[in-house]
Amino acid sequence: MHKPPLATRRLILQGAASVALLGLGNLPFAAPARAAANDKYPEEAFKQKGEADAIKALYGRNAEPSDKVKLDAPEIAENGGVVPISVTTTLDKVTSISFFVAENPNALAASYRIPDGTMASVANRLKMAKTTNVTAIVEADGKLYSATKEVKVTVGGCGG
Amino acid sequence: MASSIRVRATANGDITEVQALIQHPMDTGFVKDSKGELIPAHFIQELKFECNGKDVFVAEWGTAVSKDPYVKFSFKGAKKGDDLKVSWTDNKGVSDTTTAKIS
Repeated sequence: MHKPPLATRRLILQGAASVALLGLGNLPFAAPARAAANDKYPEEAFKQKGEADAIKALYGRNAEPSDKVKLDAPEIAENGGVVPISVTTTLDKVTSISFFVAENPNALAASYRIPDGTMASVANRLKMAKTTNVTAIVEADGKLYSATKEVKVTVGGCGG
Repeated sequence: MASSIRVRATANGDITEVQALIQHPMDTGFVKDSKGELIPAHFIQELKFECNGKDVFVAEWGTAVSKDPYVKFSFKGAKKGDDLKVSWTDNKGVSDTTTAKIS
């Protein structure tokens, strides 16, 4: 009795795939949420240039700002090649945490899967091309929450 | 060959704190070398931590992660003496793995 919905889903997926093939990848069709997607490296999301497109490619929807997401980043980074950034949250049922740097050549910097039993807290070091916003997105109980902070960069970290 | 991975895992009660430092160029593909030629992108894509047969933390990285990446996280359910397996794979298919004892 599960056949009809499955068949429909397949049709929708095929439809979505062909739309993407036509180069209209940014149409608002719903990509599967991170938790539901199988655990493959999200290559497409890492290739997106803008932050909005990267979020869409990774999560398929938008995040709402939340003060329960604590993003810790320096006000001023002297070396954009190594900017220490961390995030913690008091939200429950966190399944992933991702970092975006808005004006990097590719906005998505890192995405972490948080299995059951792992704390919703990550510290890492990212490169920043110039002064811009850093956004952390926390996926908790199937919903997306974000925090954003501007980091001033004196020397960019993307060389050239 | 020395491992590219340095990891320290410390159990404090039920919570184990993990810090890892990996030696890797993390080339973005945007930087030119001294001859003016682009250095192709070379970066770790996935870094995985396993403890007692279960993934406890998986990092998916792009080129914007700093050279010689560092990451810190904590998880529950391990005790002193347990093994923590760390492995990474980069975009050229190179990989490395190491196992650390939780102290």
